[in-house]
Amino acid sequence: MSFLDLKNVTKIYPNGTKAVHETSLSIDEGEFMVFVGPSGCGKSTLLRMVAGLEDITEGDINLDGKLMNEVDPSERDVAMVFQNYALYPHMNVYNNLAYGLKNRGIDKETIEQKVNDAAKLLQISDYLQRKPSMLSGGQRQRVAMGRAIVRNPKIFLFDEPLSNLDAKLRIQMRLEIKKLQQKVGVTSIFVTHDQVEAMTLADRLAVINNGIIEQLGTPIEIYDNPKSLFVAGFIGSPQMNFLDGNLKNKTLSAEGFEIKDINSDYEGDVTLGIRPEHLSQTENGLINLKVDLVEQLGSDNLVYGQLKDKKDFCYRCPGNQTIKTGANLSLNIENNKYYIFDKSTGKRVN
Amino acid sequence: MTRFITSSFSHLILLIGILIMVFPVWMIFASSTHTSSMINMSGLQMFLGDSFYENYLRVLLYQGGFFKEITALKMFFNSFIMATGVAILSVVTSLMAAYALVYYRIKHATFLFWIIFITILVPLELRIFPTYSVMAELNLVNSYFGLIVPISASAIATLFFRQFYKTVPDELLESAKLDGANTWRFFVDFLIPLSKTMIVAMLIFMFVFGYNQYLWPLLVTTSEQYWTVVMGLKMMSGSIVHRFAFVMMSMVPPILIIIVLQKHFIKGVFQDK
Repeated sequence: MSFLDLKNVTKIYPNGTKAVHETSLSIDEGEFMVFVGPSGCGKSTLLRMVAGLEDITEGDINLDGKLMNEVDPSERDVAMVFQNYALYPHMNVYNNLAYGLKNRGIDKETIEQKVNDAAKLLQISDYLQRKPSMLSGGQRQRVAMGRAIVRNPKIFLFDEPLSNLDAKLRIQMRLEIKKLQQKVGVTSIFVTHDQVEAMTLADRLAVINNGIIEQLGTPIEIYDNPKSLFVAGFIGSPQMNFLDGNLKNKTLSAEGFEIKDINSDYEGDVTLGIRPEHLSQTENGLINLKVDLVEQLGSDNLVYGQLKDKKDFCYRCPGNQTIKTGANLSLNIENNKYYIFDKSTGKRVN
Repeated sequence: MTRFITSSFSHLILLIGILIMVFPVWMIFASSTHTSSMINMSGLQMFLGDSFYENYLRVLLYQGGFFKEITALKMFFNSFIMATGVAILSVVTSLMAAYALVYYRIKHATFLFWIIFITILVPLELRIFPTYSVMAELNLVNSYFGLIVPISASAIATLFFRQFYKTVPDELLESAKLDGANTWRFFVDFLIPLSKTMIVAMLIFMFVFGYNQYLWPLLVTTSEQYWTVVMGLKMMSGSIVHRFAFVMMSMVPPILIIIVLQKHFIKGVFQDK
């Protein structure tokens, strides 16, 4: 049995909404797991069930070999960082960190030492006497993390902790969280709707949609090998291009081009997925793109345009290429990196 | 220049307002420092006389009432006990009632709350006989307990605390739970400190409410030993300057409470923002 074990965990709210469908998942000790999905997909509910803040309708949650279903949140030895930090507004930073320890009846000197150690680790030693209202967003974030670290819990739970920060700070804190988790080595679950956050932080990633884990794997596995249309569309930025097509006799025919010798026996209507970064310009390429707009990011250019059938399409090329609006580009798919999905079920077929 | 005129004008209006409020009080105070004969001969006085200590001391220590069992000093003591008791008890019960209504999984909590709230529509006077008979059955007539308890459930305070608790984010409770706080600790360590300003405001409000009670103490006390200041105001006989002195002194406790607690009240407001 692994460190955290979810077995057929289901959540049905009193109004009948099924937020989480029979979900099973194992997380190893020290692993950094990320739940990613659009808002309302049930990822937070799943996390809150691990924390004990939501009742489990069906199924079991085991943490470190102990069944947690009926255990009170205060007894679970988990720590959580909330989206709005949920710092205690009437306590200074020191007491915010110390509160959980005091409740566990730890003696004063030990508390002081633990708080000071955590504060040093997070570089908040100078603010210990301040109230949360006197701190900036990034500092509050650190205090929230400090409150989790100081208790040395079995598992860290992060519920979209970075979404209240500005873009620059978010990237910085993302790095810090990752570094910190590696340093402290505590098993962590991180919930986010931001796929970049998910990719960069995760040891393993669970892509969740409508209360179901669509795919579980390392970020690269999921990026390289999405198993469904949803995962393919959700992971990767800019989003994967999707084109309608038909597969017959190992030949895919789409609007304006054909691809032969496809490694699939499936026949019928399909959706072809091509990532913007898996294209390159050639003469007489498969795809003809009329450029509408170019976004220059410096390192890359994002070229937006339309295909013959007026379908929107995106192509990503190195930043040193100059592409003008209105130009016609001829593109090829690099190394046969395309994905074919059953149009009706969304399942990958190649 | 126009700004100077308009601001002077508004100041003038405010000053007139103050004058209207303060003038009668000043007249009573000034008159209470004269001798009775002076008042009887020349009416109310605008300026201070020289009988201040004499009049006030006599009022405080005079054995009054039908049986000469009570002094003004004792009335102040009684009123203080009653008002403080009402203030503390009603704030404590309201805090706890609101906590239960908001945080416990009580069925029909909203309905129950409105039942509590509806008691505002039932004035004390309307339920005074049943309440009295309960107190009499319990043998609590002529006791501080009997003075305080029946008027110490405040729907208004419950409303205020309930509305405040509803604005406290759920994450705070969840975070506290994960930090090992049980229901009681969350109440003591979080809700009470967070509602400090409101508690102070309610203490002031309920203190004045308790202090101003007239009908209930009148009914529930037969012994002069339990007379309160407001009852005393009605029962006072004697010379006019002594009555004036008593009126002046009766104003002091509520004003004092407001002055003392206002400091904390304002401090709390600024700390939270």
